[in-house]
Order: sequence, then structure tokens, then C-alpha cells
Amino acid sequence: MTSTTTLDKPVKAPTFRHVSTGRRIKNNIATGLVTLCFVIALIPLVWVLGLVVTKGITAILSADWWMNSQKGILPDQTGGGVYHAIYGTIVQSAVASIIAVPLGIMAAVYLVEYGRGRLAKVTTFMVDILAGVPSIVAALFIFALWIATFGMPQSSFAVSLALVLLMLPVVVRSTEEMLKLVPDELREASYALGVPKWKTILRIVIPTAAPGMISGILLALARVMGETAPVLVLVGYSKSINQNIFDGNMASLPLLIYQELANPEAAGRERVWGAALTLILMIAALYLAAAGVNKLLTRNR
Amino acid sequence: MTMHPEVTAVGSSNSTGPRAAGDTANMPTEPKIDKAPESGRVGRLNAETIFRWLATAAGATIVAAIALIALFLLIRAVPSVRADEVNFFTSTEFATNDANHLRFGIRDLFMVTVLSSVFALIVAVPIGVGIALFLTHYAPSRLGRPFTMLIDLLAAVPSIVFGLWGFLVLAPQIAPVQQFLNDKLGWFFLFSDGNVSIGGGGTIFTAGVVLAVMILPIITSVAREVFALTPRAHIEAAQALGATKWEVVRMTVLPYGRSGVIAGSMLGLGRALGETIAVLVVLRTASQAGEWSLFDGGYTFASKIASAASEFSSPLPTGAYIAAGFVLFALTFVVNALARLASGGKVNG
Repeated sequence: MTSTTTLDKPVKAPTFRHVSTGRRIKNNIATGLVTLCFVIALIPLVWVLGLVVTKGITAILSADWWMNSQKGILPDQTGGGVYHAIYGTIVQSAVASIIAVPLGIMAAVYLVEYGRGRLAKVTTFMVDILAGVPSIVAALFIFALWIATFGMPQSSFAVSLALVLLMLPVVVRSTEEMLKLVPDELREASYALGVPKWKTILRIVIPTAAPGMISGILLALARVMGETAPVLVLVGYSKSINQNIFDGNMASLPLLIYQELANPEAAGRERVWGAALTLILMIAALYLAAAGVNKLLTRNR
Repeated sequence: MTMHPEVTAVGSSNSTGPRAAGDTANMPTEPKIDKAPESGRVGRLNAETIFRWLATAAGATIVAAIALIALFLLIRAVPSVRADEVNFFTSTEFATNDANHLRFGIRDLFMVTVLSSVFALIVAVPIGVGIALFLTHYAPSRLGRPFTMLIDLLAAVPSIVFGLWGFLVLAPQIAPVQQFLNDKLGWFFLFSDGNVSIGGGGTIFTAGVVLAVMILPIITSVAREVFALTPRAHIEAAQALGATKWEVVRMTVLPYGRSGVIAGSMLGLGRALGETIAVLVVLRTASQAGEWSLFDGGYTFASKIASAASEFSSPLPTGAYIAAGFVLFALTFVVNALARLASGGKVNG
């Protein structure tokens, strides 16, 4: 007790040591590498999109491109349009979604609202597996079932059936996510009023989840629109419009690109890039629509 | 989602209508009160049953679809494999022109498929993990969402467009890189001379790079989701011990997210194995079988099937391709099941 502690300087030596050079260098290298990874990923994105836009813009700027088909156009001739292919792409994916959307929504309702026990577990597992089925396998399956076994001709409807398989897991998953987000209080309030479960689902749960479901469906549609493997296996290319979805060849944008790729003429290349840009624009429109739906419909909640 | 069974029950089947009080319903001595509202309840009960039945049927359809895929592919494949004159698993031939003398085997297809996919995976996984780390822990939080959307945009580009890019633009550009690797490391089997010329760039190497770009978004998105879930407490504990940012990531984020990285990689591998059109456009055909070099050409399962699609007419030759398709289906089934297993049953791709 003899010595008096003076508090004008720290009692102990400072314990904080600065980060050693080695650790600092390691940290900086890691930061640099991680940022570099992100930049690397942007290279192909910018490269691909820039390429498609610059090479395809000349073709799609003509009015013919959107209004005409390739009927009567020779491989080395420029001109003509891709109206027939746009028509085919839209019809095929629309028919697919007519089948896949109700089925997918009901499956998601089953998984979220009713699914108990083994079937529900197996179904969740199979949704994951179906999401991983390669498009060519889906196409082969429809070929084996619809064309080889049932003896149907190659047609745009067969393509739609294959697209259903590819679309289903995406629809089921996004719907499932959205249904799970609906608060339980809403369901309970509905039950408390004596509304039966099925009516609660149809009138309360699904409308609440609708904006998210719709945008999920649009994204699923965007995904199957660019699928090439099913059209390659299940339908032939045609240069003009085919109104019959159950028979005959029908063009679609991916198929047109693949066909014209075999055409060595400059006109063919122009059509290839033009069609690629058209396809990307259609997909971009669906993405924008999905974002818009989400924004518009959720605004007044 | 947690449902409340007791609430459900009141709403649906056990409901005794507004008239019946809860306690009277439990009394077996007064059946009249139970019966009275029944006529009014029949329609409601039916609607409920029908709706539940419809939903269950939709769920079962998905299970049935997978079973049917396996079944129908097998039905069509077995006669062709029976008629095969060489061993289905070890032959490198794939001659189906003569329906009476089918000679087809999947060894070469398997080699090209696995080599290109694994190469793509080796390229894509480190980059994908890096991007996921960048998005979750490095990027300024205000830019996190737009940056994530940019990466997701990669997934929106159709595969045929990637094929175009790979075949017409990328292949000539990276041919010198391949030539360099071939010259310097040619003694190693992966970089030895392949069965196609490197000049045009239509090699497994090019296809692998294109595939890597295509599977990058899925690896990133799965890894990102898991990294973002790293418990705050772990990170803060590491920070309190004076860890640098990288040490925090290495000690908390990476160990916590390992299962997600594995699951994402498996999903990416599944995509790469089944990718059809980009590979078909990029890869050059080879006259002889490859020897596990990155500079080989040839066909993957998927691109072989797609290349022959216009000739699917007589059942036996077609069956040969369907057999190849079945092998691909089995392969992706296993890979996707492993992905699910690795993530404990929660993957979102």
C-alpha cells in the first residue's frame, strides 16, 4: 500500500497487437480472389449478351422478321422472318403450361396442405429428381411413350408433353415456397368461421400466394421456352406456319437456330443470331413480366 | 408447414354443424343431434374429399412420372441391348445403321460425358464458391441483390445460345490456350494429343468451359443460400477473437456451408451430365474412340441421342439410343439423389 497508483498512464502494457503482415496479406489475397471470381462470372454474361445483340440486331430490325415466315426463302437468300418459329415456341410452351400449371399447383397444395406420411416424402424426393432429369431424357421418354408405344406422329403436342415434365418441378417448387409463406393465422381465421379446408385453400391461401405463384410460373415458362432437346427429338422443322399441334412439323426458335447452324451461307448466320436475339428478348420479357406481376399485385397489400 | 390438425378437423369432417354444441357431439346417447345436420354436410364433405383426392393425385402423378420414365425407357431399350452384338458397357462402337447387326456400346459416350462434366465442375466449383462468398460476405449489402440477379441472369440464357457462343466465338479464342497446354503438359494423359485437332477448338476442353459457365449459377445459388445462413454468433465469436475477414470466412462460413457446396456441386454435375444442345454444337465428331484426353472430341450421351434424333424410325436402332438415354437417366438420378442426401433433404435448384 505504499506505492500510489497513478492513473495518468495505462496500468498494463497495451494488449492489442496489430494484425501481422502475413495474415493481412492473406486476407487481402482472399478479398481479391473472391472479387475476381465475381468478375470472371460477369465476363461470359456480358460477352454472350453483347455478342447476340450486336450480331442479331440487323436481322430483327426489319419488319419482315416479325411478320413473315421462311416460306420460299432459299438458304443463301437473306430475308424472310421467324414468325412461324415465334408462333411455334409460344404455342408449344402455352400448351405445356396449360397442363403443367394446374397439375403443379395441385401437387404443391398436396405437399403443403395435405402431405403427410410416406407418399408426401416420396413426392418431395421425386420433385427434386424430376428437376434434375435432363431435357433429352424427358424427350426420349415422350418418344418412347407417345410415338413408339401409342403410335402417334411426331408433333408439336409431343414437344409440349416433354416440356410439361421439365416445367412441373419448377412450378411445384415455386408454388410450394409461396404457399408456405401464407401465415397460418389466415388459415385459422378461416377455419374459425367454419369454412371447410378446401374452400380455405381455394379462396384464402391461393389468392394470398397468387403474385408469387404467377411470377414463379412465368419464370418456369421462360426456362422451358429455350429448350432445344425436346424439339430436336419430337418434331421436325418446317419453314412455314403449322396450325395443327397434333400432327406435322412445326418450327420453334431453338429448332430454327439449330437448323440454320448447318447452313454455311452468310444469310444463315444472320438468321441464327437474329433468332437467338429474338429468343433472349422473349425470355427477358417473361422475366420482366414476372417482376412486374410481383410488384403490381403485392403493392396494395 | 405446420398445420393444426385439431383446427383442420373442426373445419372439415368432424364438424357437427353450427347447431351441435361441442359437448353434445361427444355423447353417444344422443345420436339424433349428430344425425340431424348430416344431410347438409354431405355436399361439403364430398367437396373436401374430392379436393383432397385431386391434390393427392397430382402429387402421385409426379411419382408416377419418374416411374414411367424408367419403365418406358427400359421397355424400349431391352430388346436392342439383347440384339447388341458387342458388349453394351465396354464397346466404343456405336453403329446402328444396320438394324440386323447392331453394334453399340457406351464406353466412349461415358468417357466424354464424365470427362467434360467433371472438368466443368473443377472449373466451376471454386469460382461458384468464390462468387457465393462475395455475394454474402464481401459485396456491399446494398449491391448484394442486384449482383445476385446478374449471376441468375446467366441461368436465363438458353443453352442453344451458349452453344452458339461456344462454337462460333469461344472455341477459336481458347484454341491457343489448349495448344499451349498440349505442348507443355502433353506427357500427362489429360493433356495428351486427342482424337480431333485442337485448331478448331471443338474439344472436350471447350465443351467443359461452356458447361462450367452454364452450371455456375446453380452452384452459386445453392452455396449462397447456405452461406447466408451461417449463425451470426459464430461469425461474431470469430471476430471477437480478432480474426481477419478471411479467417472468419474460413473458420465459420466455409465449415458451416460445406454441405451446401457439396449439394450445389452435385446439382451442377447433374446439369452438366445431361446438357444436350450446347455440347452437341461445340464438340467435334471423332473417327476413333478417345483416351481420356481433354483434347478428344466425340459425343456425350445426350448429344449422341440428339444427333441421331432425326433417324428414329425403326424400333431396334432407336432402342440403342434409348438404352444410352436410360444410362444417362440412371446417372443423373444417382447424382441428384446424392445432392439431396448431402444437403439433408433441402436443395433448391
